Amino acid sequence: MAFHLTQGTFSYLPPLSDDQIKRQIQYALDHDWPLSVEYTDDPHPRNTYWLMWELPMFDQKDPAAIFYEVQQCRKAYPYHYIRLNAYDRHLGRQTVALSFIVQRPGVEPGFRLLRQEGPDRQIHYTIESYATMKPEGERYTE
Amino acid sequence: MANSTNTDKNRWAAGVTPYAQMGYWQPDYIPQDTDILCAFRIVPQDGVDPIEAAAAVAGESSTATWTVVWTDRLTAHEHYQAKAYQVSAIPGTDQFLAYIAYDIDLFEEGSIANLTSSIIGNVFSFKALKSLRLEDMRIPLHYVKTFLGPAHGVVMEREYLDKYGRPLLGATTKPKLGLSARNYGRVVYEALSGGLDFTKDDENINSQPFMRWRDRFLYVMEAVNRAIAATGEIKGHYLNVTAATMEDMYERADFAKSLGSVVVMIDLTVGYTAIQSMANWARKNGVILHLHRAGHGTYTRQKTHGVSFRVISKWMRLSGIDHIHAGTVVGKLEGDPHMIHGYYDTLRLPYIPTNPLNGIYFDQDWGSMPAVMPVASGGIHAGQMHLLLHHLGEDVIFQFGGGTIGHPLGIASGATANRVALEAMILARNEGRDYLSEGPDILNAAAKWSPALRAALEIWKDVTFDFESTDTPDVLATPTL
Repeated sequence: MAFHLTQGTFSYLPPLSDDQIKRQIQYALDHDWPLSVEYTDDPHPRNTYWLMWELPMFDQKDPAAIFYEVQQCRKAYPYHYIRLNAYDRHLGRQTVALSFIVQRPGVEPGFRLLRQEGPDRQIHYTIESYATMKPEGERYTE
Repeated sequence: MANSTNTDKNRWAAGVTPYAQMGYWQPDYIPQDTDILCAFRIVPQDGVDPIEAAAAVAGESSTATWTVVWTDRLTAHEHYQAKAYQVSAIPGTDQFLAYIAYDIDLFEEGSIANLTSSIIGNVFSFKALKSLRLEDMRIPLHYVKTFLGPAHGVVMEREYLDKYGRPLLGATTKPKLGLSARNYGRVVYEALSGGLDFTKDDENINSQPFMRWRDRFLYVMEAVNRAIAATGEIKGHYLNVTAATMEDMYERADFAKSLGSVVVMIDLTVGYTAIQSMANWARKNGVILHLHRAGHGTYTRQKTHGVSFRVISKWMRLSGIDHIHAGTVVGKLEGDPHMIHGYYDTLRLPYIPTNPLNGIYFDQDWGSMPAVMPVASGGIHAGQMHLLLHHLGEDVIFQFGGGTIGHPLGIASGATANRVALEAMILARNEGRDYLSEGPDILNAAAKWSPALRAALEIWKDVTFDFESTDTPDVLATPTL
């Protein structure tokens, strides 16, 4: 089976349409959660800090304007992973409330699992994206 | 008790004085903000005055013994005496609700063992009572602050796992007993690579002859890492480190950590002190701590005797665990919907107002103590996703054991069915749909493109567990879902 990165809230559903994305944006705005767009060509699950497409849109309440930023990011990085984050600043929360992928590369080569065999049958594992063996910006081309 | 004592006697004269007259009944007492308050359901023996019974509970759970002792007079005894301050009959029953206040000085800081040795110590065997149940406890913020609380808590766990906006999904490896380590790891790999976030050891998987703990840990971590590579997503398996001694538990937990496990697990049977020790270990080592509530039903289930699970929830939030099983509403195990909402609120919210319908007797302020992630496990399946989300919310782990491993197309398909059902339901909810009433339609629509979900819905479509709950609120008896 072809590799499919399953990070994000909706990775087991068919790719969201633009209208579906806009409805999720509206849901976030209804909860007073500002949105931000992030992109990367390093999908390692411990790569917490995807690159920020401008700053979080704290004051933007128009779903169309937020979706426009998604489109702009898609234009600039047509083969990168792009995700949309909604942030909840409420006391006791102060973390991401919703995060889902809105663009992924056409071909995802997946991860290589490296096993370092130690004594006493212990194995130390690490994973590495096949894509990140190339330099940043040259990893996904379709 | 009242029948056998002289009520005209001097408080301090040697002999037996009724508890109520020794200061343990104070109807005018106004509880202080720093007091620990308890609501007890008491059933006095025939002929025993309920007020004297309540005073006896206050006495026996604080300073009193059965007879007057002059050494009380060496202390500021009024300060250390617990005070019963309200007793009310529960209509239509032989039960009474007694409210008792305890000064904070009665308890050692940060010790669940000490707190419980007083409050549920000798008093539960007291002959003058037919039965006794600790219904709820108000733990003042002053005492809350003497505990560190969950080793990580819900927010840190989500950031650690990089999973937001939906409940997490898990499965308990089945059969519970008998699998070899190699076969066990197969179940883990299939379930995680199919879409679950967690798999789990069952409570009675420790280190038996058919599978020793070290072998299990090695094969499980192979499976976990393979699944991470297959999905690009963080996964974990609750490695149960429950053992006979703390030394054994530390050894197993250290090994789990050295293999890179994000989570370990203990059973409630290890005891409060061991739980607090393991919470310290988990906090120090950056490993999430899962608690399986093995044994709780022996004292939480019956309405007239024992300790309510909402009290256990409070003790566990203080003690520092990150996960706890807290009921499903719709599954195979005991759980009135209102009571379960009360447990979930207790575990997750920063402040819980009094709510008799949910069995919450006191306002509870947790300050900034992190939330515990409740786990819903036991007889649930993908076809109930709308009900689960409605009752249990988003900060919860849905655990489908049989509902993953029993899938007709295999374990990975079972996992995928659950994940598809969950994400479809979250998407629909966020789009503003009435997902509770439209739940079956939402699932059927997703099943059109997901063969895994289609097969799950087909095979389990008629499975429900429709029995009366034994532990229900007094305010309004409601049928179990």
